[in-house]
Formats: sequence, C-alpha cells, structure tokens
Amino acid sequence: MSIVSSLSAPAIGRGLLRLPHALLRGLLAIVRAAFGRGRPEPHAVARARIVLCMIVFGGVYLAIGGRLAMLASAPEGAVARRIVATDAVASARPDIVDRNGLVLATDVKSASLYGEPRRLIDVDEAVEALTAVLPDLDANELRQRLSTDRGFIWLKRDITPQQQREIHNLGLPGIGFMTENRRIYPGGTLGAHVLGSTNIDNQGIAGIEKWVDTRGLSDLHLAGFATDRQQEPVELALDLRVQHVLRDELFAAKEKFKAIAAAGTVVDVRTGEIVAMASLPDFDANDPARSLDPKNLNRLTTGVFEMGSTFKALTFAMALDSGRFNINSTLDARGALSFGRFKISDYHAENRVLTLPEVFLFSSNIGTAKMALSLGVDAHKAFLAKAGQLDRLRTELPESAMPIVPKRWGEVNTATIAFGHGLAVAPLQAVMAVNALVNGGYLIPPTFLKRTREEAMALGTPIIKPETSAKMRYLLRLNAEKGSAKKVNVPGFYAGGKTGTAEKVINGRYSKTRLLTTFTGVFPMDNPQYLVLVMLDEPQPVEGTYGFATAGWNAAPTTGKIISRIAPMLGIMPRTDVPPAESLLANTTLARVQ
Amino acid sequence: MISRAERTVVGEWWWTIDRLLLGALAALMIIGIVLALAASPPVAARIGIPDPFHFVNRQVMFLVPALIILLATSFLSPRNIRRIALVLFLFFLALVCATLVIGPEVKGARRWLNIASVTVQPSEFLKPSFVIIAAWLFSESVRRPEMPGQFLAIGLLGMVVTPLVMQPDFGQTMLVSLVWGSLFFLAGLRIVWVVGLAGIGASGLFIAYKTVPHVTQRIDRFMNPDSGDTYQIDLSINSFLNGGWLGQGPGEGSFKKVLPDGHTDFIFAVAGEEFGAVLCLMIASLFAFIVLRALSRALNDEDPFVRFATAGLAMLFGLQSCINMMVNLHMMPAKGMTLPFVSYGGSSLLSLAYGMGMLLALTRRRPRTATLAELERLGTRLGAPMPRPA
Repeated sequence: MSIVSSLSAPAIGRGLLRLPHALLRGLLAIVRAAFGRGRPEPHAVARARIVLCMIVFGGVYLAIGGRLAMLASAPEGAVARRIVATDAVASARPDIVDRNGLVLATDVKSASLYGEPRRLIDVDEAVEALTAVLPDLDANELRQRLSTDRGFIWLKRDITPQQQREIHNLGLPGIGFMTENRRIYPGGTLGAHVLGSTNIDNQGIAGIEKWVDTRGLSDLHLAGFATDRQQEPVELALDLRVQHVLRDELFAAKEKFKAIAAAGTVVDVRTGEIVAMASLPDFDANDPARSLDPKNLNRLTTGVFEMGSTFKALTFAMALDSGRFNINSTLDARGALSFGRFKISDYHAENRVLTLPEVFLFSSNIGTAKMALSLGVDAHKAFLAKAGQLDRLRTELPESAMPIVPKRWGEVNTATIAFGHGLAVAPLQAVMAVNALVNGGYLIPPTFLKRTREEAMALGTPIIKPETSAKMRYLLRLNAEKGSAKKVNVPGFYAGGKTGTAEKVINGRYSKTRLLTTFTGVFPMDNPQYLVLVMLDEPQPVEGTYGFATAGWNAAPTTGKIISRIAPMLGIMPRTDVPPAESLLANTTLARVQ
Repeated sequence: MISRAERTVVGEWWWTIDRLLLGALAALMIIGIVLALAASPPVAARIGIPDPFHFVNRQVMFLVPALIILLATSFLSPRNIRRIALVLFLFFLALVCATLVIGPEVKGARRWLNIASVTVQPSEFLKPSFVIIAAWLFSESVRRPEMPGQFLAIGLLGMVVTPLVMQPDFGQTMLVSLVWGSLFFLAGLRIVWVVGLAGIGASGLFIAYKTVPHVTQRIDRFMNPDSGDTYQIDLSINSFLNGGWLGQGPGEGSFKKVLPDGHTDFIFAVAGEEFGAVLCLMIASLFAFIVLRALSRALNDEDPFVRFATAGLAMLFGLQSCINMMVNLHMMPAKGMTLPFVSYGGSSLLSLAYGMGMLLALTRRRPRTATLAELERLGTRLGAPMPRPA
C-alpha cells in the first residue's frame, strides 16, 4: 500500500497500461520455450513447462475462488429456489392480459405434497396416514416409492388447504409441502389456442406460454432468479370481448350449418394485430391434455388449406398492380379452359365476355385464371412469394405450418392457384396478404402482441401500389353490394369481402359435396380497419340456404353477424348513409392508411 | 537446539526446510480437525455410531502417526527418498494387486484390504511412491538419453493403472495418469506426443463413458442435472448458498445433516455452510500456495530428479485438491476424491503425510555444492559446461 501511495498517479497509470503487454510478452516467451521447435536444451524446456503448469494451476484455483464468490453472493433465498430449479418446481410466470388489461392467464398458489424417503422413519405409518387423508393415492405404489433411497419425490401436486392442514397435523417426518404456482385461465376456452398451456411444473409448453419461456423466462428460472415478485404482465393484442363474440358466432354457425369445424380471426389491418382468434372445436385452457387432440388444433396457424376464391383477391391485386389490367378490362369467360385432361369451368357460369369487376363478382374461375396466365407463371410465383404465401409464416406461437407448394409449378398450377386451388396455406397467412390489399399495400406480419401503427409501418413492406389497394377496396365493397358477399352487407358498417368455397380433397380427388367455405370481410371499406375471416369446414345446406352450402350462404352471413356485434366494441359506429362503392375509386387520397 | 552456531541434524533441518510450506500444511491439518468437528457428528449419527465424535477422535488419532511420518520423511536426502520409494512402491503395488483377489467387495469395487481389523486402501500409498519412481525414470531419460527411461516410465504407468482399472477406481486412475502425463510433459515430451497422449486420455475417458455405467451416469448428470438423481450435488451447492460469505456459524449448518459423505468427499461444502466462503477461499488459497510454492521450487532446482519429483508431488496434491473442490462446487462431474489433509480418512492422511514429507525434504535448501556433487556423481551433462566444485 505504501509503495503504491508513494508513486504518482500517472506513473501508476503508465505501469498499468504496460502490464498487459508485458504479461502477454512473457506468456508468449514461455509458450515458445515450452513448445519450441527442434530439440532445445531440456533444462529450459522443463523450466518453461513448469511455469506453464503453474499458470494452469493458478487459473484453476482462481476459477474455484470465483465460483465460491459467485455462490456466496447469490441473493437471499436462493437456497430454496435451487431445489426449485433442479426439481423443476412450478415457478412464477408473468400474467397474460388482453389489450385492455383483462387477465387471460395468471398464477395461483397451491400446496404440493412431497416426501424425502431418506428422512422417513416409518414407511408403513406414513402410507397409512397419508392414504387416510388422500384416499386417491395408491397405497402400494406409495409404499414402493417411499421405500426407495431417493432424496425427493412428489407425492401429490396441488392439494387443498384442508388436506394440507390434516397432513400437517399428522406430524410425519420426511413429508413436507412446497408452495407451487399453478396456471389458471379464467377465460376457460376463450383464446385457449393462442394462450397455449403449461405443464405441471408451470413451464410453457405451447402457444404464447411457450413463447414467454423462450423469451428468457426459462433461463431466468434456471439461474434461480425468477421470483414471486410481480413480473411485468405480457400484453396481448387480443380483445377478450371481441374474442367472446367471435367464438360465440362461430359456435352458433358451426351448430347451424352442421360443420365439423369452424375457425375465425379478427385482425387490425393497419397493424397486423390479431384482435381475436378462435378455432372450433376447442378446449378449456385449464385442461391442457385436450389440446393434444388433433381435432382441436388451431386451424388458422397450424392447418394449411386451399383457400378457394379468397385467393382470387390476390390474383386481382397482382393483375391490377401490373398495369396490364384496369377496372375496365374485359375477359373472355366463354367456354371452359382446358389443360390436357384438366378443365377449368365456372361455378356461376355466365359464358360471356365479362368486365374485370364482373369476374370478381361472379367469382369466375376462367376469368381469374386467364388474368394470371397472361402475366405468366414467373410473375405469379414472384407475387405470391412477395405476399408471403410460399414460406412458413412465423408468429409468436411456436406452432406453425409450412404451406404446401407444388413441386413443379407450370401453367396449369398458375391457372388453378389463381382461384385458390393447388396451393395450401395457413389461413392466417392469407389474412396477412388480404390485409395488404386493403391497407394501402403494406404486408405486415401478424402478431399476437400489442403493436403501434408506427411499429407496424416499420415492419411493413409495400407489395402493391396504394392505387391498386383502392381498387381492391372498390371490388370488395362492390362484391358486398352486388356480388356473392351480399350477406355480409350488414347496414351501417360498410363492409366488403370475398367469399371462398374450396372443394376438399378426399382420397386424392376434389369432392363436390365436402366443402371448405371461407369469408374474408373487411370494414369499413372507405377506411379499412379490421378484417374478419370466417372458415367453416364441411358446412351442410340447411333450411334457408336453398340447398346451397357455398360460402355466400354460411360464412358470409356469419361474418356479417360478427361485424355488427364487434364494430361498436372496436369504436366503429354504424352510419345511416354510406357512400356507393364507386366513391372508393374516386377517392384515391384515402388509399393510404390513415 | 536450533541454533545456527552448532550443526545439529535438527538445527540444519530447521534452517533449510521451507517453513512457509510447513506452516501451510500445518494450517490445513488444523482446519481439518476443526471441520471434522463440524462435519462428522451428523455422519456418525446417521450411520448409527453412538459416539458423535468417533470420526473426530480417529482423525486426531491418525494425525499423530501422520505428523511423525511427515517430519521423519522430511529429513530424508533425495537419494534415500528414491530408495524408500522404490521399496514402498513394490510393496504397495503388491497390495493393490492383492485387493483384486482378497479385498472385500464394497459397492461393486475392490479397493480395500482388511489388515488386522484396519481397513487400508493401498492405492493411496502407491500414489506418492509412484510419482517418485516416475520422476526418477524421467530424470534419467533427461540425464542419459541413451537410457530407455521413457519406455520404462510407460511400463510403470501400465503396471499401476492396470490393477486400478480392474478394481475399478477411476478417480485414482485419472489422478495417477494425469500426474504421470504432466511429468512426461515436463521431461520434454515432443508436442506431437503431447497431443497424442491427450488424445489417448480423451479416448480412454470416452470409452469409460460408453462402457462403464456409473461413469456414464455421472457425466450425464453433470451435463444435464435432470437426467438423474443429483441429490448430493444439489445439497452441496445449497450448502454454499446457505453459507454465503460468512457462514451460518459453527454447528449451525443444516444441509450437513443430510449431506452424504459430508466428512470426506464433501467436507468443503460443510466448510462453506458453517464458516462461509471466506474460510473456503482461505482453504483454496492454502492449496494454491502450497502447489505454486512447490512448483516454483521445482522451477529453480537444477537437479532433474528433484525437480520432477517436487513437481510431481505438488501436482498430485494440487490435482486432488482441485478435483475435490470443483466437484463440491459442481464445476465437474462427481468423482470420489478427498480433500487433502482436510477430509477424514486414515489411509489418505498417512499417504499424504508421506507425500508431503517427501515434498518438504525435496524443497529443503541444499548447498549448491551438494547438488553439483550429486550431479557429478551421476555424470549428468547439463546444458552449460559444469563448473568444478571448489
């Protein structure tokens, strides 16, 4: 100390600066001597190598010291949590709340019973006493497990306070309780697919729960730092009210049209936020085992489907954006289009030359295919790739599906994909693309988390011109006024949309009777804010649909009902008079998202 | 008695011995007794010995002969060290081989011998003498390149490792091989061979991992604690966490009550819980001091045998301490190894006393003339032309 203080500060500074250099040079000299080429003098080699050994030993002892210091300065209470981490005891998780702060998932504390067989004195006594309080414990199994030489075993997770008190009063040595956190989903089925689930150790294993873990929570647990202190809640984009309406209407539609499944989502077209998402049949999030049933998978993200005519909207956007077509273009839809043994015909066959809006309104397969063909296979492929339809869409949910893209993509593929057959995508993926068609042209990756417009714009990539977007709004609105989407035109909300009826592939052939109907609705069309997608799997013709089971008769009215219920919640009031569709074309200043 | 004026044997010993090294060893022994007081009563209670101080008493009882051996050995000259080591080496090698035949099987291994109701682990005693013989062979190979010292050393390793693997005792095998390898390295092993030997060592470890179930388990458990019961190591880590910097205080530890082998392999954890990281750091520094001090002595000694023997004994001691502490701190897979002088264990204590006694003897300051005379006698050619002794 006295030497140090007698030196002047700059001298010490210079000395310190030189130190690493000198050390490095010394080390290099030692290494060179120890590993010197040829056969240097054995004496020098041995000396250099002893120094090397000293350095290694010094390093190991320093590491031991460091580890000691690390353990010694671990925070108070780390002891208990070390057991927690190694035995993977349920650990605290942050709450998950919806966009308005309503709780979707939270932790509840409960007691779990454990045994320490090594400390147990009388196994028989313990077995007898425990089975008296917990009759559902198997006495034989319990005896067997307690007779082992293990240090720690769980006997029963999540027991009631009453049971805990009774067992406590038994005063058995080697039997104890640990307070654990259990995950509770107050919404039950609401948002179950999005939230995912946790295992008995409160670790996220699916959905947003897993995402929370991969975002560092599990690392935190392993390090023993995740504590019971309030963690910042995870805010989702989900709106619990909208979620409820969506599920309610989907449930009603699934019942009414005797569909085997129904799914839907509501997305903010300006930010890509997923405001609601439901897939039926669903399950109670508090009963995670049922999420494993393949029937219950989230059809919007983990299933891929041929989206049918909904995909036509993409083809139209591509055609209009290319400049080769405009609103006044005409297309010859007389006679079927033939590719070898394939024949493309129209469901609502008009057999005449159609204008471009007519092709959209009548959902003409021939007209749409011709448009795509005239632009060429490569341009079509490039556009779909740009619109994110050929790659796996990744969101916060760990579960995602890869689109099924034809291996060889020729003219016939372009022709069929143009109207939504031959390319299977996750519905959420199609939603992302349709968002871009109406929001001014920006492809924004969808998210389950809250996001501001600025963040969304930073992420968005323009895929079509704003003018094209305006034309697409016109077409979608026109379709609701005059076309196949009339049933979505609930008064006052100025909705538009596109139906899609895809024939399901059964045993390798398209089935005429087993359909997948979808409806993509957007509202309000003069300033699009939300997109509603409804999908029904194998809906049946029922009373009031005049024998039809196509999207216009089931998915479209369901979407209409949903819009009329959720719009006020989302701050969009019904209007008494709405402008005609044509005004959308005139007013291109609105084309950009406001 | 220890005046510089008169040349007595004891006086000369006192003035030439490395007193700091001696002091550090004494400190370790004292810490060993204190920790035995803390760590062994619960163990005694757990295995049903009525006297809680059974292990403490025995530790102290063994310390007396240990001290005698330590001091007596430290009086020896290098040449006598070599001679005695050779005798002891052959004797204990025979005993190690005998364990394979007449040793009782304990937990699947035959490592011990019951001699007149005392259980002895001959491999413990084999280690220090092995180091001396190996050091001698390597020094011969440096001194007289025409002698096949290195080949003999390889044979020596084989002789020792074979019965150890058959026992099986992987801890000792590893320790002995590592020290032997380090000595070979000091003796000027070509870098190609260093890499080759490291490769052989690594593949040996890999074969053990693949073929010996308990090695597999231990390594798996270290890599992934969820793969099995990590009770002991969890308790050990908890002991350190519970102890913090200053410890819970003597007798206040709670994990020591359930920690298996708390008086032997895991005494470092008990020290951490009751006396805190401060004492643990002190213990670690004592070991570091002894090892580095002995190595620096080896660095400056001109006699190759003394140099290699000193370095070998220091590394044996250092490796054992490092492995034990690192296992306690979960820095490497569990490996049964005692903490020198601190852990309870009669065989280990006596063998350490012998080893460290030799270390003290070898690090004694010898007149340079004596060294040179010895070298002259052996006809060594050092790098520089040798000055004639005056």
